[in-house]
Amino acid sequence: MSSTIRIEHVSKSFEAGKPVLRDLNLEIRPSEIVSLLGPSGCGKSTLLRLLSGLERDHEGHLLIDGQEVLAPTRAVGLMFQEPRLLPWLTVRNNILFGLNARDRRQADGLAQELMEQVQLSGCADLLPRQLSGGMAQRVALARALATEPGVLLLDEPFSAVDALTRMRLQELLLSVWQRRRFTMLLVTHDIDEALYLSDRVAVLSGRPATVREIVHVDLPRPRDRRAAEMLRLRAYLLEALRIAGAPQLTGYGTPFGV
Amino acid sequence: METHMQPISLTPRRTAKPLALHERWASLGRRIAFFGLLLLIWEAVARAGIWPEYLFPAPSVVARVLLDGIGKGLYLSAAWVSIQRIAVGYAISLAIGLVLGLLIGRVRALNETLGSLVLGLQALPSVCWLPLAILWMGLSERAIIFVVVMGALFSITLGVEAGVKNTPPQYVRAARVLGARGLALYSEVVLPAALPAILSGLKQGWTFAWRSLMAGELLFYTLSLGNLLQVGRDLNDAAQVMAVMVMIVIVGVIIDQLLFAPLEQRVRARWGLGG
Repeated sequence: MSSTIRIEHVSKSFEAGKPVLRDLNLEIRPSEIVSLLGPSGCGKSTLLRLLSGLERDHEGHLLIDGQEVLAPTRAVGLMFQEPRLLPWLTVRNNILFGLNARDRRQADGLAQELMEQVQLSGCADLLPRQLSGGMAQRVALARALATEPGVLLLDEPFSAVDALTRMRLQELLLSVWQRRRFTMLLVTHDIDEALYLSDRVAVLSGRPATVREIVHVDLPRPRDRRAAEMLRLRAYLLEALRIAGAPQLTGYGTPFGV
Repeated sequence: METHMQPISLTPRRTAKPLALHERWASLGRRIAFFGLLLLIWEAVARAGIWPEYLFPAPSVVARVLLDGIGKGLYLSAAWVSIQRIAVGYAISLAIGLVLGLLIGRVRALNETLGSLVLGLQALPSVCWLPLAILWMGLSERAIIFVVVMGALFSITLGVEAGVKNTPPQYVRAARVLGARGLALYSEVVLPAALPAILSGLKQGWTFAWRSLMAGELLFYTLSLGNLLQVGRDLNDAAQVMAVMVMIVIVGVIIDQLLFAPLEQRVRARWGLGG
């Protein structure tokens, strides 16, 4: 199952006169993987929270399969920067948390399947405190997928683990995606991560965030992180990001040409 | 939040570090030596005959009275009466305190109003309710239970409130994304997250309840631990007063160690708070 995401003229401000997002537009096709790349604090996470229904009161439209997002639903999964597992529940029960009591009768099979897919078979009865950072984040992935959402939103999901673990988690994420084909919108400030995972990379400007540029990554998966084309795109994105991050309201450019 | 940077692996993290066995024995030895010495000094002072025995009995005399009281069943029946009373009083405090704490912790208007009332009343030692209890209910079972409830209720309420208030918002958001809302959000996320704090409230409430009960029973002439103290005083029998005091400590410690300590330990361990 996979869904279409449409972001139409979305603006959001927490304080009057200080918009975080301004007139943001983006359409994401079913099973597509899109990364939002932008300077820190540019409002990327705000967009994900709006899409997940955690945050409200925006202008414009946020549509999942044509339906306006009004509140959190099981059709949209969200993975946070930290695993946020509930410490009193075992791995299995954390994964099954989103299923209601009626579903839980057939849930054991699902839990088993998900744990296999995130390579945690045999860890069902462990508690979160017994897990390493990477393991915990894999449980969080399985938990987000347990309700079989058509959309998975990821908010810098691998930024709190070391580089090697991060790469393995990215590979794992892709392998799960290849089976389940959910639509993915990923917020990151890691250019390599965006390039490795995405079909398209949307470069956002600093506050208020708008889409500056969309870069297509037309490379077959699995991708070679060191391929020439990847390196070329990397340099290109770095430059785009530098321009996007520059202050916008001054007419003179930055004083020291940073 | 997540600061541990660990490589992906299937080996679970080590969880508990057991205290070395010889450390435990050494600790036990120090305690026995301390209490042994204390009893010896007390015995020596009492035998020196500075004060009459009915005012300052030796520990050996107190021990005899205590064993006698237990042997005849008197102290045990008294303890049973007290335990029943505290069970009733504590159960009432628990039921009211849970609801009250939850409301105060989550509803701002109630926090500003009821919350400050509870905070104020908590500053009032529960014995202060005794005169009022007797005026309203006479020297009755109900008056004693009332004082117990007043002793425990506010600690429990404040414990629940603190726990519920400090529920990490990250958990709540994570649960909401997974579709939890309304009552389920409370029962499955807010309350469990608050459980460690709630437990410390419950434990404090229990000690206050036990103290209040003893105060209440001092005034009330039926067989009970508190009342045995009073009888000892009436009979000019310091040995009995002390023996009953020991009994009160024993019952209090047993309930604390049998009920609250393991419960708290298990919850803290499971919640990953160490301990």
